[in-house]
Amino acid sequence: MFEQLTSKFEDLFYKIRNKGKLSTGDLEKALREIKLALLEADVNFKVVKEFLSNLKQKAIGKEVMESLTPAQQIIKIVNDEMVKMLGSTSGNVNFAQNGPTVVMMVGLQGTGKTSSVIKLANYFKTKNQKRVSVIAADIYRPAAVLQLQDMAEMVDVEVYSAKGSDPVEISRQGVQKLTRSGSDVIIIDTAGRLQIDEKMMDEVKRIKNTVKPHQVFLVLDAMTGQEAVNIASTFNAAVECDGIILTKLDSDTRGGAALSVYYVVGKPIKFISSGEKIEDFDIFHPERIASRILGKGDVLTLIEKAEKVIDEKKAEEFYRRIEKQEVNFEDFITQIKSIKKMGSFDKILSMLPIPGANKTLKKMKFDQTHIDRMEAIINSMTVEERRRPSVINGSRKKRIAGGSGSSVNEVNRLLTQFSKTKQMMKQLSGLKGKFNLPFGGELKL
Amino acid sequence: MKKVFEKINFIWQKFKKIDDKFWDDLEEQLITSDVSINTAEKIISDMKRKSYQEKISGPEGLRNLLKEEIADILGTGGKRELKYSDEPPTVYMVVGVNGTGKTSSIAKIANMFKKQGKKIIIAAADTFRAAAVEQLGHFAEILGIDMVSHQRNSDPGAVVYDSLEKAVARRADIVIIDTAGRMQTSYNLMEELKKIKMVVRKKLGRGPDEVLLTIDSTTGQNARNQAEKFAESVDVTGIILTKVDSTSRGGIIITIKNDLKIPVRIITDGEKLEDIYYFDAGSFADMMFS
Repeated sequence: MFEQLTSKFEDLFYKIRNKGKLSTGDLEKALREIKLALLEADVNFKVVKEFLSNLKQKAIGKEVMESLTPAQQIIKIVNDEMVKMLGSTSGNVNFAQNGPTVVMMVGLQGTGKTSSVIKLANYFKTKNQKRVSVIAADIYRPAAVLQLQDMAEMVDVEVYSAKGSDPVEISRQGVQKLTRSGSDVIIIDTAGRLQIDEKMMDEVKRIKNTVKPHQVFLVLDAMTGQEAVNIASTFNAAVECDGIILTKLDSDTRGGAALSVYYVVGKPIKFISSGEKIEDFDIFHPERIASRILGKGDVLTLIEKAEKVIDEKKAEEFYRRIEKQEVNFEDFITQIKSIKKMGSFDKILSMLPIPGANKTLKKMKFDQTHIDRMEAIINSMTVEERRRPSVINGSRKKRIAGGSGSSVNEVNRLLTQFSKTKQMMKQLSGLKGKFNLPFGGELKL
Repeated sequence: MKKVFEKINFIWQKFKKIDDKFWDDLEEQLITSDVSINTAEKIISDMKRKSYQEKISGPEGLRNLLKEEIADILGTGGKRELKYSDEPPTVYMVVGVNGTGKTSSIAKIANMFKKQGKKIIIAAADTFRAAAVEQLGHFAEILGIDMVSHQRNSDPGAVVYDSLEKAVARRADIVIIDTAGRMQTSYNLMEELKKIKMVVRKKLGRGPDEVLLTIDSTTGQNARNQAEKFAESVDVTGIILTKVDSTSRGGIIITIKNDLKIPVRIITDGEKLEDIYYFDAGSFADMMFS
């Protein structure tokens, strides 16, 4: 996500960082590059203009240009302005004091409303321990109700639907019925509509006035172009949105919509959706995204993800074993599994604060199947072989290769790799205290 | 269609003479229409050069220059209808990112050919999204055409294979393949598309007659990446520009044609089955400045 913008900023900062002093000419050049980068990223034209004039005002000040580290200061200003652009608070949903919280989702066709309804339902269910149900108020798109039902079943939430009647009536009855059945959160999936379709916009207003939702979320495709701010303003004018759910961030979107909408409409991005899996859905943290766009990685999110999947006791045990050089294939496979739970490798790597990481990543296609094969080979070992890899001889190798559908060569490669890793770990363990192993005991930095 | 460049018309009246402000404003208009910066800069530098060479100085003359520029990029060849094979079945494969309107476009294309008396089979090769088959099935039922589908999460290649078998056995004229929406960045899913295409090649001895990419006309610069990546994997022969009834800017089609030489072939602009047209590049430029 945002790779293109990130690599542009990385280049730019690299260039100015290497200069001791910045001339006005350098600054002008940098500003022009920022302008082009933002426009290429679909940031709204008016937003870019304002962003640049703010930047200029702050950067041209004497303190910046005459300081010892003008480049650092400029990067800081860009960072601050970027956070301002993205909204300064991260998404929080206020639940109703009494009775269920009703959430209405609106948006254009094909932005991912139905998927977002289910992902949000699952989020409230797992993160907030809420009893969530959904209402199928899209009576227009063929099989929309069925799609919602199918997906609702996957996350085990109740669906209210009624055939053929009017969406306003369906919503009203749905809220009534689901309130009675004890839901904490009720999410209404409305039909996709164009913001210029007066009849459909009127309908969504009527739904809002009838059920009086506590929260209205606009679902917006992150790949939307210059039109994004118009879409958001029109929906906001019609139904007063509380926030935005930004979807399809797993594309190589340049993120312009994300960078424009809050600035123009003043409504924060609350959640982001970034994959086909139901769990690919999270709270939006403006400062983290700004950091990511500016090539500084997103370590906080990475740590959170790691904390979620790592069992602290097991990790400590692992750490002790490294020190005693007792690491074996069982540890190896636990580590692989933890990492896999955190998501794909490119996703993890993109969060690390490695300058230029995004660029390098784009060039290499990380082959996840390689990891799967390693896992398969280890799974074909006996318990003894995993604990004491030294017992693996020729005939055992053949058996393992056969069992995992690989070749003896591949088994050999894994064994070599393993002993190298073990050696590396030994060396690293000497640095304990100064340096933390990626998935060793202490994650506190 | 007119909507796309509506705003560009204003600026001619605003300026009495041509100065830097004029060029800046023109660039801004192009960019806010989702034309990429590179394309906008190319258009403007070409216009500057020509206006100097041909001694054009008034806004009216420049307006014609811009029209020429855009017509040049889009091509003046008139509309290009979908290729129809002498050896039935003709196969159209429709690909694109999630939510761009593949299924609706297929229904509209099927309806268009149905009216010409063609016998059509739809291959429901989106075996991934919940209720995708049912959505397509709904259209097939309305249109009274055949659809081949398998179970959810089954191999899309097998669906295509069966559809082609059926098309040959029943002497169908056209097979339209619906594929699952996918991000152009997903390596595995893009590889899967290649496989689907291979199935056609193996079965018929030739690939699909058209590979059409749906692009949502509200998409920004990412549309260029979509076109580039899909073209890389399955050699897209044309674009279906969807949702043109929004206040879409659609300037991205100029960039795509300019950079990648992929033409828009079809436009869809409404919820009705009849809301589909062949894109006519020649009259498009005329219309924009009428």
